[in-house]
Amino acid sequence: MSFDVATLRKEFPTLQQEVDGRRLVYLDSAASSQTPRRVLDAMDEYYEHLRANVERGVYRISEQATARYERARTRLADFVGAPSPDGVVFTKNVTEAMNLVAYSWVRRQLGPGDALLTTEMEHHANFVPWWHAAQEVGFELRSIPITDAFELDLDAARELMADGNVRFLAVTHVSNVLGTINPLEDLIAMAREANPEVVVTVDGAQAVPHLPVDVAGLDCDFYGVTVHKMCGPTGLGALIAKPEQLEAMPPFLTGGSMILDVSLDQVTWNHAPHRFEAGTPPIAEAFGLEAACDFLDELGMANVRAHEEALVGTFVEALTAAEGVTVYGPTDPSKRSGAISFAVDGVHPHDLGAMLDGYGVCIRVGHHCAKPLMRTLGVNATARASLYLYNDTDDLAPLLDGIAEARSFFAR
Amino acid sequence: MSMEDLYQEIILDHYRKPHNRAPTLDDEDVHVHHSNPLCGDEMDLRIRVDDDGTLDQVVFDGEGCSISQASASAMTIAVAGRELKDALELAEDFRLMMHGEEPTRLDDLQDGIAFQGVARFPVRVKCALLGWMALRDAIETYERGASAHSVTYDD
Ligand SMILES: Cc1ncc(COP(=O)(O)O)c(C=O)c1O
Repeated sequence: MSFDVATLRKEFPTLQQEVDGRRLVYLDSAASSQTPRRVLDAMDEYYEHLRANVERGVYRISEQATARYERARTRLADFVGAPSPDGVVFTKNVTEAMNLVAYSWVRRQLGPGDALLTTEMEHHANFVPWWHAAQEVGFELRSIPITDAFELDLDAARELMADGNVRFLAVTHVSNVLGTINPLEDLIAMAREANPEVVVTVDGAQAVPHLPVDVAGLDCDFYGVTVHKMCGPTGLGALIAKPEQLEAMPPFLTGGSMILDVSLDQVTWNHAPHRFEAGTPPIAEAFGLEAACDFLDELGMANVRAHEEALVGTFVEALTAAEGVTVYGPTDPSKRSGAISFAVDGVHPHDLGAMLDGYGVCIRVGHHCAKPLMRTLGVNATARASLYLYNDTDDLAPLLDGIAEARSFFAR
Repeated sequence: MSMEDLYQEIILDHYRKPHNRAPTLDDEDVHVHHSNPLCGDEMDLRIRVDDDGTLDQVVFDGEGCSISQASASAMTIAVAGRELKDALELAEDFRLMMHGEEPTRLDDLQDGIAFQGVARFPVRVKCALLGWMALRDAIETYERGASAHSVTYDD
């Protein structure tokens, strides 16, 4: 089964806009996705009918808002195959989810003699928190290189794990720059073989919006989600965790809602996941998240993936064939997602982005918060077109036209 | 706003055939390195100061978009031979122009005037300023009696 993109686009108000009389061509969903009407409606429902704080009211609308907030937790748990709703901590975004792990696990558990293994293709959100912790508590930071085919070098990974000192593995599910889908099952199995006690954190920011994800099946300890890339609102993310990990961890942020009891000389922490949700959470955003999960499940994540796999194949093939264009990422569509980084000969990414904007085409240019990877690729910046369920083959021509125009403009 | 406002022909000429673009400068007095992590632009700027206190030569090198490279190229011509204080004032005139003010030294800015339209593209203002800010830093570094300085922009 598949879906009709033209019909689907009608659900996205932003995609109805024109720029200088041209259809808006949005090719930047890896940065943030667009939002369908029903997600906006769900958030309005909170503000118009159930506007009250959660987890503390004794009156009906507060109880209902609380029930909906908790229902969103269960909904997300179901959507990503979390081990249990008790293992879903709402955060501000995936960056905060990683910091929670860095402060409440890594900084408490790792020290001199231990190693944390990450990769060269990480977003800063899944690198800087570990780097910072390493500086302050003194463990070793190791990093898996990438191959010429833009995939993780698993042979190198095995060597990096060989001494059994890797106690923590942090890896992205899908690269936001290369589009590479990492072989997590293999990598996690390898890490557990080298050290059965290893704790594994996966950055799911670019996976959950685009692929069917089964966190429990991956057997990772922590999995980060960010809602604004999956048709949901900004301001909400989640840390999916094995509940037993959370229950053993001290809190990260402290204050209201995350306690069971407080006296002047004694504080008792609440149970997980509430222990990790200090203060009033993003409530309307949780309403929006539930609607986003429903929206995606109605389409079917397998269908979303099938659509994107076919589309990324078409885009990568056309870009690779275009004169002066170099694509950084796997060519086999079955191994990659819809984030396509590329360079255009003689045109700086910034100039290309400005030029394409003149065509109503939105792409991302820069280092994509992945500076270690930029260094590996030997570039300061790339252009990136990224695809989602509302993109289609009609978005290709405006991109290619803009690239050709930019080449002739700057190379003249 | 059209692309032609941003990419004036003069700008494109400087981009395609930059003036005073070189990785080294004989008898340089100061070398500064400026980078803008946000867009990955890197600029190396070198100056040589004459005994009479005028800018003898300015060369730049680095990587960046057409606006940053072209603006640096136009700057090296506009400031060559000027007294240091005068060059600083000209840099200030250019900076104010990038923030929407009318330049007071139209003739002295020479091709720098072509960048006036960039002020309407806020995300590109930093690009146009990169070379000029590096020049200002180089002169201030010289006046401090130092020979090298490095700056990373943080926004
Ligand atoms: C792979 C990856 N990790 C982490 C992030 C950070 O997401 P957020 O800014 O929502 O925390 C992003 C998105 O920018 C990403 O693509």
